[in-house]
Amino acid sequence: MILPITIGVLTAGAIYLMLQRGMVRIIFGLALLAHAANLLILSAGVTAWRGEPLPSRTGVEDAGDPLPQAFVLTAIVIALAVTVLMLAMAVIGHNDDTKRMPETGETHRR
Amino acid sequence: MVLTFIGMHLLAAVLAGPLVRTLGRRGFAVLALVPAGTAAWVATALLGPVRVERTGWVGELGLELSFRLDTLAVVMSLIVSGIGALVLLYCAAYIDPRSTAGSPRLLGGALVGFAGAMLGLVTTDDLLLLYVFWEITTILSYLLVGYLTTSAVSTRAARQALLVTAAGGLTMLVGLVLLGEGAGTYRISELVAGPGASGAAVAWGVGLLLVGAVTKSALVPFHFWLPGAMAAPTPVSAYLHAAAMVKAGVYLVARFAPGYADLPVWQVMVLVLGSATMLLGGFRATRQTDLKLLLAYGTVSQLGMLVLLVGYGSEAAALAGLTLLVGHALFKSSLFLATGAIDHATGTRDIRRLHGVGRAAPWLALAGVLAAMSMAGLPVLIGFVGKEAALAALLEPAPGWLSLQGVAAASFVAGSVLTVAYSLRYVVGAFGPGSPGGGSAPGAGSGAHSWHAPGPLLVGIPLALALGGLALGVTSTALEEVLARHTSTVSLLPGPEVHLGLWHGLSLPLLVSVCVWVLGALWWWRTRDPERATAPLVRVDAGRAYDRLMRGVDRAALESTGFLSRGSLPVLLGTIFVVLLVLPGLQLALGGTTWPSRLRLADSAAQVAVALLVIAAAVLATRARRRLRAVFLVGVTGYGCAMLFLLHGAPDLALTQILVETVSLVVLVLVLRRLSGRFPDDPSVLTRRLRAALGAGVGLVVGLLAVVATSSRIHEPAGAGLPERSVDYGAGKNIVNVILVDIRAWDTMGELSVVLACATGVASLVWLREEALEGVRKGLRSARGARAGWRARPVPTDTGSLPTSRWIAVADRLDPERRSVILEIVTRMVFHTILLWSVYLLLAGHNQPGGGFAAGIVAGLALCLRFLAGRGYELGAALPVMPAAVLGTGLFIAAGSAVIPMLLGSPALRTWDAYLTIPLVGEVHLVTSLLFDLGVYLVVIGLMLDVLRSLGSGLDAQIATERETAGRGTR
Repeated sequence: MILPITIGVLTAGAIYLMLQRGMVRIIFGLALLAHAANLLILSAGVTAWRGEPLPSRTGVEDAGDPLPQAFVLTAIVIALAVTVLMLAMAVIGHNDDTKRMPETGETHRR
Repeated sequence: MVLTFIGMHLLAAVLAGPLVRTLGRRGFAVLALVPAGTAAWVATALLGPVRVERTGWVGELGLELSFRLDTLAVVMSLIVSGIGALVLLYCAAYIDPRSTAGSPRLLGGALVGFAGAMLGLVTTDDLLLLYVFWEITTILSYLLVGYLTTSAVSTRAARQALLVTAAGGLTMLVGLVLLGEGAGTYRISELVAGPGASGAAVAWGVGLLLVGAVTKSALVPFHFWLPGAMAAPTPVSAYLHAAAMVKAGVYLVARFAPGYADLPVWQVMVLVLGSATMLLGGFRATRQTDLKLLLAYGTVSQLGMLVLLVGYGSEAAALAGLTLLVGHALFKSSLFLATGAIDHATGTRDIRRLHGVGRAAPWLALAGVLAAMSMAGLPVLIGFVGKEAALAALLEPAPGWLSLQGVAAASFVAGSVLTVAYSLRYVVGAFGPGSPGGGSAPGAGSGAHSWHAPGPLLVGIPLALALGGLALGVTSTALEEVLARHTSTVSLLPGPEVHLGLWHGLSLPLLVSVCVWVLGALWWWRTRDPERATAPLVRVDAGRAYDRLMRGVDRAALESTGFLSRGSLPVLLGTIFVVLLVLPGLQLALGGTTWPSRLRLADSAAQVAVALLVIAAAVLATRARRRLRAVFLVGVTGYGCAMLFLLHGAPDLALTQILVETVSLVVLVLVLRRLSGRFPDDPSVLTRRLRAALGAGVGLVVGLLAVVATSSRIHEPAGAGLPERSVDYGAGKNIVNVILVDIRAWDTMGELSVVLACATGVASLVWLREEALEGVRKGLRSARGARAGWRARPVPTDTGSLPTSRWIAVADRLDPERRSVILEIVTRMVFHTILLWSVYLLLAGHNQPGGGFAAGIVAGLALCLRFLAGRGYELGAALPVMPAAVLGTGLFIAAGSAVIPMLLGSPALRTWDAYLTIPLVGEVHLVTSLLFDLGVYLVVIGLMLDVLRSLGSGLDAQIATERETAGRGTR
């Protein structure tokens, strides 16, 4: 029960942060969303506490499902790469809300 | 053998470019050899047994390269290849290679390719292969019709032909699959010969199949593309509209008629559309003033007639249809080519301006008149023979006159009257004396283009084709012997016995024919004046309807794109989140969701404590106004998640998450130097509330989904057999790691590519210009030089520079004010230890928590430390290579470890292991997937190096430049 609540709160916060223009806050939102998604995948794969999926430490019956863990591990690294790319985008302007087009000088209204 | 000939067409199409470039237009004559040879070979199969060739292609799909040369296929191949060869030969005299309006090289290649595709289409015995050839002809027809690339009319016509026929082709594909799956075979011969088909699926399949035929053969309501396609050069029109492309639809109907002609959907579509097309095309043709357009509408009319006859379903009608099919190919190509010769000689095709061509070019006129006579059905040409047979077959409709068959017979007679009328209009318009106002010289009445006599090829080829029609008319009994081998298979509907011949006595068909000639001549006489304005018969114009439809589609696409994508990220994301809220939310609220009967608060007290911490940090992070505070709070959620992973039995995840979170912190802080301390202000309270409401809604839905998802495990976990397999195949005891480097290593390979792309993206965003990057390379070169220098230089022990200043490599190059001695000492002490730990993680990862990712990030953190202690100089001293080199090497090693097992004849990425005994260390378990993990390790280090160099040193340099300019500004 506590995990679904955490997932819900993380998602809500992520969406609140992502729905505005500043790039850095969007990145923070994305980070929260990634946490929520990772927890969701992990908790959907394993319904309750299980042992570590290392046959040397835990018996096969008690070990957690390793497949969601492998997925989440991949997701963590990809999230890092994407975050870094978005951060680079955030710093190429003068502030992280790029209202001015860098090349043309064209400005958006609002 | 068929495959070889198709291959030769393909080869010729490829070689057409160089051939036409070196030989000029004589190259077309060389190209003509390929279809000519094919025709000669196919002719040998005319009377022999049916030849079948099958070669396997895609076994899983049941797709095979199967060809079946029965009589219908042989006759069609003869038309396609024989006329193809003649048209190419004609091109050798017609095309002007100096013209810049289109590319003759492309024309030659596309024409030969088209002939090859048509050859495949009419000989294949596989439904899917038929579709492949069908679409090749569609695409090549686009190139051929749009030959004049600079003309808007031409490109528009080409697009129209492409859209109409490709839409029909796709529809046909659905029909083909329905028929093939329904019958359990994709062989056309088995399908057609199979037991009488019925049922809704078959009816749908046949209907969709016929849509393909109707679009390709330009039947009502898709007839409009054919006259538009007259924008193509005349030889192309002759080939596409007399022998090849539009005949594909007729062929399709003829091919499937033995199997499906008695189905109601077939009868309605074939007879109604065929009749309507015959009348509409014929009527329009009697009102044209452009010779080519006249022929185009005539072709539309004739196609309606052919489809009606070959799809009628009785043996007699099929015999008449095939005879007329052969006849039409001969006379229509002859007429088109004669028109091309007239156009070439006078510069116009307008019958209001042409005069005296008949006198100036009598042989051409003979060709035109003979061909037009065949078209009108006058004795003793093949058109007459076919029309007589058709009348005999149709005039006794089995179900009586008040039926589809009766209507078809009446339409056929009326259409024949119109055919006579427009044949006369063509002959008189093209070769007649013309209007009395014209001058004495032949040619265009008032044009600037002077008459020049058409060459021997331009006259000879139309004449040969017209004489072919004459010869077949005289020898029609022999033709019947050939065609009967196919028509005897068409027996779904009863019909009278009909034979081909010039004289059957004073029979009803002959009487009707005479009436048709008289009425046709009368019709021509009434509409003979080309100057008279012509009003359209019906107000509905299919071409305009098409235009309106296309504009509508364009507009709808534009409007919906503009509506959905309005350049605002919040609106776009908001749309996505609203969908996320509504669809699963409704499913949860309305659908039969099984809610868990019992909810457990938590697995342990620690879990509750960590989760509460994460929740609090997340809530506070959304409210933070200072960037640094937000960084801190988001970091707390990350570390909290790592704790939750650990509590959930996922030590690998926890380790990686902690390392990633640390890296993120460092990178964020590096980036925040460039930004203001506070977030920009929110626009208004209202939008804040909206955002909060949407966030709360989606959060609720996702939370509920999580409740359902965690409690609805009904299947055995997918990872059930993995522990055993990971030891057996992967030779490792850390299952998660074995999954990453062995069992699902392709996923990891994809992930490496993502990482590589992101790293490259970061570097290109920050460095932007090549010169800036060159500066970095120069710095690295000097760093490499300096390393060599340090090794050689003895440590200075005299006064002045004390060894204390050498805790890090580039201490002397740093600004003393910005140095931190403690950091330098710590860096010096732990750097190598951390690196050693990272190597340990890499090696141990196969059996213990760790692995390439974690190890790479640890090594990256060690580099971070060097960077923080001594900025970019120190980083250069620590690892003086470009990040791209590390990234590339990593991906190369990972891909190599996938390829090596393949070279040894095993599946890609297969793992071997071996035990080695090393003195002092003991026994070491080596696995080959370690090589793959090494690739992962290097890619992650490359990413870290790239980030530090771009977002670290790159931004350092930018800040320094800006300070300098700002300083100069104030001074």
